[in-house]
Amino acid sequence: MVHEWALAESILLYIENQGVRRARRVVVKIGVLQSIDREILEFALREISRERGLEINEFTILEEEPLLKCNRCGFQWSIDPSKISEDIREAIHFLPESIYAYFRCPNCGSIDFEIVKGRGLGEIKVENYE
Amino acid sequence: MKTMSRDPRVLKAIKNLSEIQRVYLVISSKGGVGKTTISTLLALYEASRNRMTGLLDLDFVNPSTHVFLGLKPEELKYEEEKGVKPYTVKNNLFYFSIVSYTRDKPIALRGREAVNALWEILAIVNWGPLHSLFIDTPPGIGDEHVELLYTLKDKTKPIVVSTPSKLSLNSIEKLIQILKEAGFREIYLLENMGDGSLQNYAEENKLVYLGYIPKSSRLEESIGNTEKLLELDVATYIYNILSKLS
Repeated sequence: MVHEWALAESILLYIENQGVRRARRVVVKIGVLQSIDREILEFALREISRERGLEINEFTILEEEPLLKCNRCGFQWSIDPSKISEDIREAIHFLPESIYAYFRCPNCGSIDFEIVKGRGLGEIKVENYE
Repeated sequence: MKTMSRDPRVLKAIKNLSEIQRVYLVISSKGGVGKTTISTLLALYEASRNRMTGLLDLDFVNPSTHVFLGLKPEELKYEEEKGVKPYTVKNNLFYFSIVSYTRDKPIALRGREAVNALWEILAIVNWGPLHSLFIDTPPGIGDEHVELLYTLKDKTKPIVVSTPSKLSLNSIEKLIQILKEAGFREIYLLENMGDGSLQNYAEENKLVYLGYIPKSSRLEESIGNTEKLLELDVATYIYNILSKLS
């Protein structure tokens, strides 16, 4: 699974576009649903930073647990990706919206639910930017 | 500390599309006018002219370009390399659809989810240097259209598909207004299942008329077979349209 490189490049293009070339720390929130490998993501962030000439001392990757909510009955629940079969986990890794093909609300059986949080790439914070 | 809010995947998406010379959004506010047929045929015929061509299916709720190409969801595998590479259908033709992930199961996506899926796909698929990319979009004007039209307007050219039917024309009039207001200077009109009767309409509305494709008597039996699709009775019309695009 190599989604991490695409996300790392997205993050760095984004902060660079905001005028950031140097930073003490970049904090990235990542949803657990997408089964992102934190080590690969951090490695990719460092490699791409180096290639693009960015000076960032530290990357902190925070994980956010998934929260799903049924749009029909309001029931809220979470999913542990490590307990999903490998092929479905991989589909969700590349495209979290694939979840709608495989899951239903465990309370009422509806396919109309939403990912409230913990989907994938979330908030990005830059400390001490210049 | 600075918190950044706008979607970080957008710049990566634009970078991924930057190596493509021409990106066409095949679009229509009216359903059933043949967007999928047109997207697939244009991509297939363009690739047959020895041009590196991509076909991207962004109709998440009802993806069907794979049916046209005769591909089963389970055989669609994307090579992984810092993201994913599109599937090679045949010489010069590269393809991506979410059916490899959803296995063509029904998914009910609300606007926010569709937009999320849109940026995820555009950010992870590395198309490489293509001559043309044709994007099949869902019918209507939903959140994902608005997102695409406003964010990628400098990179994409819309091909509006319409039949000569009054219902279709009534529907696309609103779409054309939205496209003009979004800032598109060049809007293509492709008349499907027609006889050329929309040429005047295109001129009156300052659209670039690409031409028409008559109803094909062999289309239905050719769906799923790319060789047969390349020998349609309407092939000349398709090549004429492609020559106007290049």
